[in-house]
Amino acid sequence: MSEFHEHIKVAIPALRRYARALTRDAETADDIVQDTLVRALRSEHLFHGGDTRAWLYTILTNLNRNRLRTLSRRPALAPIKDSDAATGGPEAGGRDISRALDELAEDQRSALLLVVLEGLTYREVAEVQGVPIGTVMSRLARARSQIKAYLDGERPTLRRVK
Amino acid sequence: MIDRDQIIGEDELNAYVDGELPADRRAAVEAWLATHPDDAAKVSAWRKQAELIRARYGAIADEIPPQRFNVNRLTRRSYGAIAAAAAVIAAFVAGGVLGWTARGVEVARPSDLTRFTSDALDAYRLYVVEVRHPVEVPGDQRPHLDAWLSKRVGSPLHAPELDKVGLKLVGGRLLPGPTGPTAFFMYETPSGERFTLYCGRTGDRDTALRYTTGPQNAAYYWVDGDLAYVLSGPPERDKLHSIAQAAYDQIDRRVPPQQGG
Repeated sequence: MSEFHEHIKVAIPALRRYARALTRDAETADDIVQDTLVRALRSEHLFHGGDTRAWLYTILTNLNRNRLRTLSRRPALAPIKDSDAATGGPEAGGRDISRALDELAEDQRSALLLVVLEGLTYREVAEVQGVPIGTVMSRLARARSQIKAYLDGERPTLRRVK
Repeated sequence: MIDRDQIIGEDELNAYVDGELPADRRAAVEAWLATHPDDAAKVSAWRKQAELIRARYGAIADEIPPQRFNVNRLTRRSYGAIAAAAAVIAAFVAGGVLGWTARGVEVARPSDLTRFTSDALDAYRLYVVEVRHPVEVPGDQRPHLDAWLSKRVGSPLHAPELDKVGLKLVGGRLLPGPTGPTAFFMYETPSGERFTLYCGRTGDRDTALRYTTGPQNAAYYWVDGDLAYVLSGPPERDKLHSIAQAAYDQIDRRVPPQQGG
């Protein structure tokens, strides 16, 4: 196995983790990881060194962004999200962290997950997202304050809708 | 010395939580937090969020990745589809994308997805209720069925063995499909529940499993090499998924890389 393939292989577990948190759906997540790997392997000749891991995160982040756009255009074939079935009452977790993530804008969610779950530096996230570091920081700040508001601010209004 | 009048902003608090600050700024933030309980509460809430996220999703990275992520296998598949790769490159050029950059990469345009899925579901609905003549060639003539359909479809294919997921091959038939002759296999559970696998040639690139559902039935679509597959059945997603996965894994194993059939 080439060094390139080896780098890709060792990145798979973390890519699955990131994709799961990004989509909150096991199957969609693994679909995106597979698409990411196929794309990366196919583009080996276009990859001129550098950080394979950051590159894979970049592909995955973009594929997910495209997926969200495609879904909004193709509602008939939109995959059902597991979380749809689980938006029940407090016994299903109520306002938990996964639903808090649902509330975020895609770029904020991705920035936060890359930092706290994947351990990327601000600089690396800036490269993955293709934006200046300042933008990454404001995405993080917004993501965090929104999650905080969601988790503690709205809890008392939680009620079950039958 | 720490400047007592210097205000520590949100950005710096975030950077502090994420370990992005140099040592001197870290000390300044800590001093600030000692005298600003609101900000200290904020910082601790953010840390708690990170813990919740890691607790919820961290363990996924400890799982052994499923077989579908086998790099050797994915490589073989991706290099096999030269026409598909050419189409990708053409799309890149058309889109004006330069270099390897992943920005602007398009999601696979599922051009055959809709056609295949809707034809497959039509066939499923048509034949699944058929009691006396659900198939043209019965499942006990599997070698003949495989050879005949491979020849007509124009690509080596096999009716997967799905006994492990509780399905017995009823048999198969040839159908017209969106791209030409199409193979149609029917399977049955011991309780008579039927599932069908629809398979024809496609110019689409390899894709992961795609799911679509209606009130009466549901389908998984995927592309493997030059063939598109649609597994149709009752709308029970988990069951359908395990069958699709079993078929997918087996089809890949049984078709040798040299395409010898």
